[in-house]
Amino acid sequence: MKVLVFIEQRDGKIKSSAHEALTVGTKLAGSPDNLAAVLIGSGAAALAPQLAGWGANIIFTADSADLALYNIQSYANGVDAAIKAFTPDVVLGVASPMGRDLFPRLAARFDASILTDLTSIEASGSGITGTKPMYSGKCIADVASAGAKITFATVRQNVFPANKAGSGTATSTPVTAAAGDGKIRTIEIRKGKSAKPDLTEASVIISGGRAMGNSDNFKILTECADVIGATVGASRAAVDSGYASHDMQVGQTGKTVNPNLYIACGISGSIQHMAGMRTSKVIVAVNTDKDAPIFGIASYGIVGDLFQVVPLLTARFKALLK
Amino acid sequence: MKILVLIKQTPDTEAKIRLSSDNKTIEQGDVKFIINPYDEFAIEEALKLKEKLGAGEVVIASFGGDSAKELIVKGLAMGGDRGLLISSAGLEGTDSLGIAKVLANAIKEEKADLVFCGKQAIDDDNMHVGTMTAEILGWPHVNVVTKFELTGTTARVEREIEGGQVEVYDVTLPAIFGAHKALNTPRYASLPGIMKAKKKPFDIKTPADIKVDVGSLKAKSIITGYKYPPEKPKGKVFAGEPVEAMVDKVVKLLREEAKII
Repeated sequence: MKVLVFIEQRDGKIKSSAHEALTVGTKLAGSPDNLAAVLIGSGAAALAPQLAGWGANIIFTADSADLALYNIQSYANGVDAAIKAFTPDVVLGVASPMGRDLFPRLAARFDASILTDLTSIEASGSGITGTKPMYSGKCIADVASAGAKITFATVRQNVFPANKAGSGTATSTPVTAAAGDGKIRTIEIRKGKSAKPDLTEASVIISGGRAMGNSDNFKILTECADVIGATVGASRAAVDSGYASHDMQVGQTGKTVNPNLYIACGISGSIQHMAGMRTSKVIVAVNTDKDAPIFGIASYGIVGDLFQVVPLLTARFKALLK
Repeated sequence: MKILVLIKQTPDTEAKIRLSSDNKTIEQGDVKFIINPYDEFAIEEALKLKEKLGAGEVVIASFGGDSAKELIVKGLAMGGDRGLLISSAGLEGTDSLGIAKVLANAIKEEKADLVFCGKQAIDDDNMHVGTMTAEILGWPHVNVVTKFELTGTTARVEREIEGGQVEVYDVTLPAIFGAHKALNTPRYASLPGIMKAKKKPFDIKTPADIKVDVGSLKAKSIITGYKYPPEKPKGKVFAGEPVEAMVDKVVKLLREEAKII
């Protein structure tokens, strides 16, 4: 099947998750001639050679100064142009904020099938089948495209490996990302305060719950996070108590995360919290209550006071990673 | 200004999800349904805007079965002016694009100036319908909105993306906005509000009533079955030992068994 992969870049940097999508695309396409990618942004043409060896011979690039900031209309028009040039069966991307913005719009435009946030994906005729978590991970749905000319699909971040194919010349082929009608104008993209990866992209997360007691106490989590390269998260109880900001919230009305290691400190494990982190590969729980539900899904648990346990963990990690 | 709020009924966040014996559907037996939590932020933002403008109409609308009626009335109790249920009878199998086609027609028929919805529904977690509806209408949209301010017919909105970054947009109405949690604090319905809600205008329409080509709603994205997430193997939980000993054991397991540190 012919597969077009949307490559996400921000500030002139290709997102690492784009390599995960390319690895999936390489497998679905079967040959470098059947795989193309589309890269949009100011400086896109100069970035394209970085994709050599990632499985695609053609990289459609829409490159102009107007594309420096993400805008749904011009970026959708750029992908649209690449679709018309390549006529893929499947357009593949990542379920990131940008992918979640672009793909539904394009699927509606092409009257297409759309399957998003996939945790497994297979070719099936000219469409795909796959699985996606639903009800915040309380069940998994088997999904499929049915009778559409094009399927738009996004994969969940951190689920698929990124393996360089060794093939694919990544030749830049210009396409035009026409400006939109001006009814939505990107004014600015404000930087976040933290240099750490976002919770949704983090491979290690340490989170605090209501037992943290106040916002100052989150310092002990930050210290541990700095040692192991983790991003700090929080439960809804901690956010609602004002100990942590909303963008740190993990769970049903916060972020769904999928790290390799999740350390839950003073979090009892409400259904809503566990819905947001239960797919973490390894879960460590620290709680004074031995009956806390979080221990039911923990790989490793310590029944104890986080204010004693976390500084010790930090010290041990520091010694190991020195 | 006519403000339309799109809501969806979803199982309560506490609900246990049970699959039918053939794994083809989700048992709805004793599941309690609520307004999708993000949609409450959408209702609140619509009510706040109407209060600020001092005029206008807030229509609470849903595409769903009879049971959605009760939730629309809850939206009216919060302060909505009129309810609109587009009946999904016979169209339960349609996909997010089909629903967007129905809603786009509803918005056109209503001649709405502005639409709020939740950023995603907590059942399928798709984040499709608001964005697709905007595309069908040829309108702009911003999803995951954390700040909204209207001046004339231009809205200055902020959208949360990864890493705490914020995209800032100016959007010319009409447009669709998907509400996120940080946008506001939804009000509770007052007792007089609840009493009044039952007497507020409420229309029930079929897709044919609002000129939807029902033949175009055949699902192109389908669910063929469900399964439960794989059970986690039972973990190793340490208790009743000196803290240092327990920490050492867990660090050792992380290093040697999980090979993650």
